[in-house]
Amino acid sequence: MTPFLQENVVFREVYCFLGGNEGNASWCGGDGLLPGGFEWAAYFAAGFVIMFILVNAALLGAAVFVWSERRLLARFQARRGPNRWGPWGIFQPIADLLKLIIKEDIVPNAADRLAFTLVPIIMLMALLLSLAVMPFARNTYLVNLNVGILYIIAVSSMSTIAIFMAGWSSANKYAMFGAMRGVAMLISYEIPLVLSLVGVVLIVGSMSLVSVVEAQTVPFLLVQPLGALVFMLGISAELNRTPFDILEAESEIIAGYHTEYSGIKFALIQAAEMAGVLAASGFLATIFMGGWSGPFWSGQLGAFWFLVKLAGFVMLFIWIRATFPRLRIDQIMAFAWKFLLPLALINFLVTAVQVYFFGFYQGDVPGELTRNELWIMAAINIPVALIAIGIFGRFSREKVRVPEPVFQNIAPSPRTMEVD
Amino acid sequence: MYGFGLAKGLMVTLKNFIRPPFTIQYPEERIPQHPRFRGEEFAWYEERCTGCASCAKYCPLGIIKIVTSEGGRSPQEGGHYDIDVFDIDIGRCMFCGLCVEACPYDALFMGSGFERGRYERQDLVITVDELREAVKKPSTWFRPQLEDSGYDPHKDSALDWRAVGREKWEWHQREKAGARIKFRPARVGDKTQEGDGEARS
Ligand code: SF4
Ligand code: SF4
Repeated sequence: MTPFLQENVVFREVYCFLGGNEGNASWCGGDGLLPGGFEWAAYFAAGFVIMFILVNAALLGAAVFVWSERRLLARFQARRGPNRWGPWGIFQPIADLLKLIIKEDIVPNAADRLAFTLVPIIMLMALLLSLAVMPFARNTYLVNLNVGILYIIAVSSMSTIAIFMAGWSSANKYAMFGAMRGVAMLISYEIPLVLSLVGVVLIVGSMSLVSVVEAQTVPFLLVQPLGALVFMLGISAELNRTPFDILEAESEIIAGYHTEYSGIKFALIQAAEMAGVLAASGFLATIFMGGWSGPFWSGQLGAFWFLVKLAGFVMLFIWIRATFPRLRIDQIMAFAWKFLLPLALINFLVTAVQVYFFGFYQGDVPGELTRNELWIMAAINIPVALIAIGIFGRFSREKVRVPEPVFQNIAPSPRTMEVD
Repeated sequence: MYGFGLAKGLMVTLKNFIRPPFTIQYPEERIPQHPRFRGEEFAWYEERCTGCASCAKYCPLGIIKIVTSEGGRSPQEGGHYDIDVFDIDIGRCMFCGLCVEACPYDALFMGSGFERGRYERQDLVITVDELREAVKKPSTWFRPQLEDSGYDPHKDSALDWRAVGREKWEWHQREKAGARIKFRPARVGDKTQEGDGEARS
């Protein structure tokens, strides 16, 4: 029995109901249903229940997100969006899914069958794995990993591999283009993404998401404005959202890496992408907005506060998608390397100095930053952020130089040509 | 400041967000049409039609088919041909309205509808029976007298054959009864259609 899992409410309830105090689990109240020697069954059942809840929540969340994104995008463009199926068109994603399920599931002849089939599974798996460390409310998380932030980043970069597998195994040049673009972009954005979280880790002194939430007496959005900005932009690149969606640019390369996918595989890829936005919003809410803690009753209403913040970030993502056009690959690269990376480094440096200055590490033992110290950091970091954006914005801005026209007489023009 | 343009862009979409949507929910609501809209379901008034077939001759596509037979009375006695067939193949019609322009007796008007979807081409041919039974809401296209009267086919009720002509119907009756007509070109400031005193002279 792992020590992590018994902190989970659902797991403990199910496990104790079935298994009870058998074996080496001494933290249940009494005996369970199953006789001794069947702890493995209780363990399995409890794990299955959690998995069931989590997977369904993620997929349903993706469905709701698809609906709300279509509705909101439409409203941003002064349209109405889907409104035929059910009230306000709320059943539209179900209709979409039904349509996708009854479509033929095509695997191209030249495709690498195994890799092709694995892609949707890997994408969805990466997403669901990242949900494991997300604290939805107080004591409502699957695991409280002490390397939670590292774990998120590691797991979410698995989708890069899936994307490249999709492009390679499709044996389609457009899919390959999309995959190559994707790999180039995703690997570049990974670096500022990781660096942007270092500041948070320095302040909290732990990588566990639960302690990140508990340390936020002041929302880290204010304490780490640069980190939040870089993380937000980096994660929206990781999610292939619109300003960065060169890997499925419809107007250029059909559908990018999932050109060849159809039917339920396509539905799974879409579900993973959509739920990915939810997960990213959840992590933004957790890391930078204080997760389940709210103005009052953060114990009881934790899930509510978390959902409110998540919805706010989802709204922001949709707003960004509705506004900005797709960037070119070189612009995207310049943005990552000339803008986001220096910002993340500055954030890292400034935060490190501040944390050192506030005597965070007394000896070897990490201490706690008080609320006042966090406010002072916020007061320093926000102007620093504005100045840094102003300075480095100039570097990433593209200077358009119109080349001097060069006139060359390549061949004598017909008017002056002499006729023998 | 870098990023100012981005913020401006976000504001533009936000402004659109709080605007009411432009979408017209078609089957439930419709775009308001102009009264001069040239639509389907031609409004044809058999009482006015003489069967001269000018409309059929003027149609650039030749999609109007008219077959007439002699009525009981001669035209001098006020009779006219009976219309046996008046087919308009609306599937090929381009709504140029030349047939309406050509009709000398104000018997044919463009319709005001636009929803004549059918499953077969054959069903797109408007027959004479259909024309007879149709709810006649003539478009005011090429019919200034209708337009002047303020008629709107999309709002007002269907019009009788007496109400659509260029002149009052009694005018024709008197003409047939032998009234002498003194033609006087219209002048600015004339009261249109006010009494028929000047027509009788
Ligand atoms: S509207 Fe034009 S094309 Fe249509 S029937 Fe009349 S003359 Fe022919
Ligand atoms: S031109 Fe007018 S009057 Fe002549 S046949 Fe056609 S509809 Fe009748």
